[in-house]
Amino acid sequence: MDSPPIVISASPHVHSDRTAKRIMYDVVIALVPAFLVSVYVFGIHALIATTAAVGSCLLFEYLIQKYFLRTEVTILDGSALITGILLAFNLPATLPVWMIIVGSLVAVGIAKLSFGGLGYNVFNPALVGRVFLLICFPVQMTLWPTPVENNTSLVDAISGATTLGIIKDGLQIGETMGTISAQLPSNMNMLLGITGGSLGEMSALALLLGGLYLIIRKVISWHIPVTVLATMAVMTGIFWWADPTQYVSPIIHLLAGGAILGAFYMATDLVTSPVTKKGMVVFAIGIGLITVVIRLFGSYPEGISFAILIMNAFVPLINKFFKPRRFGSKIKATIV
Amino acid sequence: MLKTFPKGGIHPPENKLTSSNSIKRMPVPKVVYVPIAQHIGIPSEIVVDRKDKVELGQVIAKSGGFVSSNIHSPVAGTVTKLDMIVDSSGYKKQCIVIRTDVKNETNFEEIDYPLKKEITLEPQEIVRRISDYGIVGLGGATFPSHVKLNVKEDKKLDCLLVNGVECEPYLTADHRLMLEKAEEILVGIRILMKALHLHRAVIGIENNKRDAIEVFKKLTADEKEIQVAALRVKYPQGSEKQLVKAILKREVPKNGLPLDVGVVVHNVGTIFAIYQAIQHQQPLIERVVTVTGKQLKEPSNFWVKIGTPIKDLVEEVGGLPEGTRKIVNGGPMMGKAIKNTDVPVTKGTSGILVIHEDEASRGEPKACIRCGDCVDVCPMGLEPHLLMNLSEKGLYEKAAQEDILTCIECGSCSYVCPSHRPLLDYIRFGKSIAKKMVTSKN
Repeated sequence: MDSPPIVISASPHVHSDRTAKRIMYDVVIALVPAFLVSVYVFGIHALIATTAAVGSCLLFEYLIQKYFLRTEVTILDGSALITGILLAFNLPATLPVWMIIVGSLVAVGIAKLSFGGLGYNVFNPALVGRVFLLICFPVQMTLWPTPVENNTSLVDAISGATTLGIIKDGLQIGETMGTISAQLPSNMNMLLGITGGSLGEMSALALLLGGLYLIIRKVISWHIPVTVLATMAVMTGIFWWADPTQYVSPIIHLLAGGAILGAFYMATDLVTSPVTKKGMVVFAIGIGLITVVIRLFGSYPEGISFAILIMNAFVPLINKFFKPRRFGSKIKATIV
Repeated sequence: MLKTFPKGGIHPPENKLTSSNSIKRMPVPKVVYVPIAQHIGIPSEIVVDRKDKVELGQVIAKSGGFVSSNIHSPVAGTVTKLDMIVDSSGYKKQCIVIRTDVKNETNFEEIDYPLKKEITLEPQEIVRRISDYGIVGLGGATFPSHVKLNVKEDKKLDCLLVNGVECEPYLTADHRLMLEKAEEILVGIRILMKALHLHRAVIGIENNKRDAIEVFKKLTADEKEIQVAALRVKYPQGSEKQLVKAILKREVPKNGLPLDVGVVVHNVGTIFAIYQAIQHQQPLIERVVTVTGKQLKEPSNFWVKIGTPIKDLVEEVGGLPEGTRKIVNGGPMMGKAIKNTDVPVTKGTSGILVIHEDEASRGEPKACIRCGDCVDVCPMGLEPHLLMNLSEKGLYEKAAQEDILTCIECGSCSYVCPSHRPLLDYIRFGKSIAKKMVTSKN
């Protein structure tokens, strides 16, 4: 009898159908609604910026892995695609394409591959790219195209500040919150995405929709996004309650400045966030606190990118300190 | 709310193909191959020689120490060889080969005894007979059962847990046994309660076996001392520590035993074997085996003589299907892949799973993306990704500090890893070395 070759391997002999690739592409799917909103708001600019970021991230990963590191090329695993999309989402839609390419090189080349590639990077690659651009090109990086209500097709001519930028500038020249508020977009417009800001932070609603999808698909757990937003709400709420002439309401803080984009898509990056739920909560509280401190007292109007990068650096320590409780450890030897 | 253990666990597809197939009796094999190391502990010592004639149920290998067990002849026949054969561990083990005497009628007698409820033996005698009759844990661990019944004076026992969980996918041997031999199992429970002077027993059954739960609830309706606990389906609930936690909310201390929290756990299969031994003087020479696989013609549950080659079982269900790439002794989560079907059924064989080539290969391992899924599912609160890393780097001492030795090898981490990393392989390896280091230190 010519028997077929029999495979011997150690248990388990079954595997769940969840793969890293599927997780990555789920993130991509979750970002689609927000992308559609940004195309609606910024038109061709959103398409150009996203294509440039995604294309250059994939290209750089391919070139570096193939010709520089001479390792396996992993551009199809979805991670470079996500880095590209998230980088684009964090930029002004009208940023010159060559700057986007520089940002992609920093994100993929420095933040990801020089640390050892997927799984070994300490910092969120897209955010490193974004912060690098913000420091190098502060003018261009804060020139936000602002959509005009009921005329969302042409945005070239108008450049304005973001919601948080208006507040910070207003406070600096001594205006009161009352006069500043008149210049702010309505909460409803912020929720829907008709406001000034980076490409992907537009619509809180679209981002929340994608975030919900990620939670339902178990790509992320609720711990990080909910804790980040709750911490921010509590902190900014306290200040607003104490002095509403100097501070805006927590609702504006949550809807503006990429808080939701950061909380659901950047802070939850699997590689650069803690592995235990306890660790995630601590990490998220840190992000919330630092974000609020930067927004209220720092020189930048927005702070979540910095906050996430700072907390990324603490992840190894958090993982070491917040371990899962071992079964059967430190229990009272009582018999009921 | 159904009970379950709180930390970790997974929900692999159940694939219980044979849960409505009643247990059939395998024909008596022509030749049986009986290994002498069928249990955890010291192998038994062979007490027969070539050409010896043996009776059905005669002791052919004697217990080699306290943590060991007698082995009985599953057939009446003639010893033809004392040979080394590969068993399910993949290693060659000493083995007694017996040719069945087809003329000896005892081989073909009906062994379905009438129910006998009255327990006449005294506790001491019960424990001795369980030891003499070669009873070991049939749930898979094959730990000699009498060891669990020799409770030292200083340990206070208050509950017997009956493990009817059968959380391994595919396997239905315990399920069918509970349906078909419920009353016998209840007598077995009373035997153990008598031997241990206990007044409380809880039968734990997962909720995917509603019929078995109903049967036992009905039979114990007027019982004060025996309860039934319906459990939420979650792997690895059949693990002793997880079961104790799920039913009694007691946590067995690290490196401890259920005994440390006043509990003894026995599997339903073992309890039925105990019933047979105490009430009908039948040593452990047969057990229920589920023969299953998605491509098999007739997946079935069988009463099988210990020592029957797996080949015979596979033939009985229509042969190995085209495209078979893996044969597993046990369930898909913890079973051992075997090289061929010459391997015999032993006391620990709860099932034979035939896997088609579509499902036989592992995914290619990719880089760890630190998703933490392995940490989430580990029922022991370990960090599998870290333990694999430490084992890979040879940092066994550090791995021991991270409690690698408490791993129960349930495989939940490898099951969920989205990067298909061989977590349990490395942990097993690191565990074996860390264990040696710890023992040599003490």
